[in-house]
Amino acid sequence: MNKLTFRTDNCKGCGLCVDVCPKKVLALAEDVINKKGHHPVTAVHPELCIACAFCATMCPDCIIEVEKGE
Amino acid sequence: MIVFKKPHALSDVPLHYCPGCTHGIVHRLVAEVIDELGIEGKTVGIAPVGCSVMAYNYFECDMIEAAHGRAPAVATGVKRANPDNIVFTYQGDGDLASIGTAETVHSAARNENITVIFINNAIYGMTGGQMAPTSLPGQVTQTSPYGRDVNLCGYPVKICEMLSELDGPEYLERVTVNSVKQIKNAKRAIKKAFQNQIDGKGFSLVEVISSCPTNWGMTPQAALKWIDEKMIPYYPLGVYKDRSAEKKEDKQ
Repeated sequence: MNKLTFRTDNCKGCGLCVDVCPKKVLALAEDVINKKGHHPVTAVHPELCIACAFCATMCPDCIIEVEKGE
Repeated sequence: MIVFKKPHALSDVPLHYCPGCTHGIVHRLVAEVIDELGIEGKTVGIAPVGCSVMAYNYFECDMIEAAHGRAPAVATGVKRANPDNIVFTYQGDGDLASIGTAETVHSAARNENITVIFINNAIYGMTGGQMAPTSLPGQVTQTSPYGRDVNLCGYPVKICEMLSELDGPEYLERVTVNSVKQIKNAKRAIKKAFQNQIDGKGFSLVEVISSCPTNWGMTPQAALKWIDEKMIPYYPLGVYKDRSAEKKEDKQ
């Protein structure tokens, strides 16, 4: 399975990754507040991820690491 | 297999930019290019004054902080003293197109062998959203609350078009980073600008049309759309000068 890793504390909750994801894997965690005081991004449907890395390409803060499974 | 991870040349320091600001994307692209060309150990970056004033915290290579607008002059000195180093400047529109226009134009005219990354977001970001030389006609800013009046304030400065009239510069291109496709294109342009310097070809400038959600008063998503709707019609993307490509055409 493809794996997404987030450096959650650096997320500013801009949501650019959420919009660009073609499979709607990501969402902002409305019930979580990180160190910076933002709602960080989280993978709500990690099983749908196709490891296209569009989210990581779009992320201005470079918090996403994408690993493609076997 | 890791498909995407933070480039080595980008440090772990959290960026201070506003949420959704595309400065972070361009920082990453520069770091990726430094990684791919394997030049981190001999690269010297010149940080400007403006939002990206603290760029020296974000790159793992050596960085110098220049006086406002003087980054190309500092880069000229570093490159001439240490020709083996790879020297790039990272400047915003208030730095490069306003107070530093003279340094920009003359380093281009002299065809200094440096790489310039120019972030054009049509506003002064750090000082709170005042009108910049690159603000669009009719654009509402802190200092033009009724929209930029061209009769009073004149017209925006188009750096790529202006420099393309000079015989000096090697490579001028305008790109944007408002979609994945455009980000990949921007990376290609930035890589070419660094490669030109390694090959000793001369002055390469990449203008990146960037967003400023905070001072444009928009969400990050709306700001990226605004780039497509307003910025790109006024600042058309493309290659404005590429002397090595012109030489190839001449030979054919």
